[in-house]
Amino acid sequence: MDFTTSISDTPPPPATRSVSGKAVRPGDRIFLGLSRGSGIILLVVMAAIAAFLTYRSVLAISGDRANFLTTLDWNATGTEPKFGIAVLAFGTVVSSVIAMLIAVPVAVGIALFISHYAPRKLASPLGYVIDLLAAVPSIVYGLWGALFLVPHLGGLYGWLNDYLGWTGILSYGGGAARSLFTVGILLAIMVLPIVTSVSREVFLQVPRMHEEAALALGATRWEVIRMSVLPFGRSGVISASMLGLGRALGETMAVATVLSPNFLIGASLLDPGGGTFAQNIASKFSEADTFGQDALIASGLVLFVITLLVNGAARLIIARRKEYSGANS
Amino acid sequence: MSVATSHRHRKVTEPRTPLALKQSRLPRWALPALAAAALAAGCGTGLAAGLDSTVQWGLIAALLFVAGTFALTAAVEGVRQAKDRLATSVVWIAFLLAVVPLASLLWETVARGSKVLDGYFLSHSMGTLPDAMPGGGVYHAIIGTLEQVGLATLIAAPLGLLTAIYLVEYGRGRLARTVTFFVDVMTGIPSIVAGLFVLSVWILILGFGPSGFAGAMALAILMMPVVVRSTEEMLKLVPNELREASLALGVPKWRTILRIVLPTSLGGITTGVMLAIARITGETAPVLLLVWGAKTINNNPFDGAQQSLPLYVFQQWQQGSDASYDRAWAAALVLIAFVMVLNLVARGIARWKAPKAGR
Repeated sequence: MDFTTSISDTPPPPATRSVSGKAVRPGDRIFLGLSRGSGIILLVVMAAIAAFLTYRSVLAISGDRANFLTTLDWNATGTEPKFGIAVLAFGTVVSSVIAMLIAVPVAVGIALFISHYAPRKLASPLGYVIDLLAAVPSIVYGLWGALFLVPHLGGLYGWLNDYLGWTGILSYGGGAARSLFTVGILLAIMVLPIVTSVSREVFLQVPRMHEEAALALGATRWEVIRMSVLPFGRSGVISASMLGLGRALGETMAVATVLSPNFLIGASLLDPGGGTFAQNIASKFSEADTFGQDALIASGLVLFVITLLVNGAARLIIARRKEYSGANS
Repeated sequence: MSVATSHRHRKVTEPRTPLALKQSRLPRWALPALAAAALAAGCGTGLAAGLDSTVQWGLIAALLFVAGTFALTAAVEGVRQAKDRLATSVVWIAFLLAVVPLASLLWETVARGSKVLDGYFLSHSMGTLPDAMPGGGVYHAIIGTLEQVGLATLIAAPLGLLTAIYLVEYGRGRLARTVTFFVDVMTGIPSIVAGLFVLSVWILILGFGPSGFAGAMALAILMMPVVVRSTEEMLKLVPNELREASLALGVPKWRTILRIVLPTSLGGITTGVMLAIARITGETAPVLLLVWGAKTINNNPFDGAQQSLPLYVFQQWQQGSDASYDRAWAAALVLIAFVMVLNLVARGIARWKAPKAGR
């Protein structure tokens, strides 16, 4: 992740084209063709992804006997297939929002800890460990979530139910804690390393002068952070969280192992049930026939579009920040 | 602030009144003492109220500590210092809060995974063993993972490398901008969507069956943008003087790239490719859709279902017996070890080969 957002100040190499009038060497032509060709292949693959997913989705949606957007059911087999993405969209958005609400403040805290609070000797190994944790495969998080986290959350949920159960959102009827809220917590733990590592990089880029100016005015450490670090890092944190959000939205295996899915939208986040796009694809795939697979592809297309929008927004913010910081430093 | 302004006009040589500069401070032992007290109070409350989750004890203790620090500092040192202390505690708590689950994840995997992990486990497949029985191994999954990841690397690494060369060395104008944008977009594709794409083309339209190669294609889609991104960054670090010196000697541009630019940035490129490999090794979703998983050894990635390590973990978890849970943890440990070793070696190469010059 770190290389996608690191901002390089090195100027790009100059475009050295052959002097006009001179013949281009055949070796150069072949090499340019090869490298340009791979760039074009990449574009073709992207176009093909969009085109083929759309094609199969049209097949599926035209055979759907119910409204694809609002139906609370997923029954894509048989002569009267009825399926809709309402539950999946709800579950995906809710679990990702919970994940972001937990992960972003904690990640900003850790990033600040590494960049401004930790003893200097500790700071760089810590950053290293955080980067390593981003590499832990999602299925391992899923296994840990299902076999360790779920049994340990029952107590907390019971407590939440005792004091906040009257809200309806946080009521809990007992049983295994395989709910959207648990998924949210697990996703938060999973995106934490990414959000932390991008935010930390931005915090480390805050001009020393800003901080020293604030210190010279007698500011405490917290005031330095509030007045010079956070305003400078805000857009970086926003884009980091959106990258994390993109990850959380598309996460499959961790959700598939932890959630106990059903096709109802319940008011309570703590009670088991619900589903997400990716989880539904993974768990319904083995029993799906060709039409059923098309239906799953249709839901995958919706997920694709959502993640594209989120990631595109994050990239736009990063690109704008690049220009801004370039003019500033 | 008020202290500073009152001293502005005073001459330096003038003897200072120590009272005006001195602010009452908390003694050094105050905060550790408060922490210990909060911890004791948290545990005490937890025991007294009969809370069954130790997490709640910790939360109560942390809350007490933060509130106590704030109140104490506000009383002794002033509100601004109190806010500073509060922020420090909150940042520390955020850090500890994150360390707990991540450390627990690693600990659980190592502790539970080492139970059945031995030479037999690594060198045998599941074969016809019933799922609830202990025994069996991951040999077939390791073979599958190595072959699928190897094929994916063979597809993605050259394409990614050439694309990065195009973007850095040749790319000007609209095509390069479009490619850059779509590389970014591609980085964000959920792995299951890549799997669905290959499923729709390779299996549903072209009519092939599941195979390791189908999985490798989806993995290649996930790997390509990562390789492009990291290679691009590395090529940009190569000093322009090297290119210009070579071109000035009359060396053709393609030879300059092959003999000067690539060798200079080889360490960084290798690191990037290895990190990309580490990333796709752990992908389960596309493998689930395209490789399906097998219980026996299938050495041919182009024909028939195969197994892979992450998928093996998932399927053993699905079986839901104690023996299969043990196998799932052991396979997860193998997977984590593999990914971590790749990461460490890659970062080692990056440090070893890092450009000495520059900033």
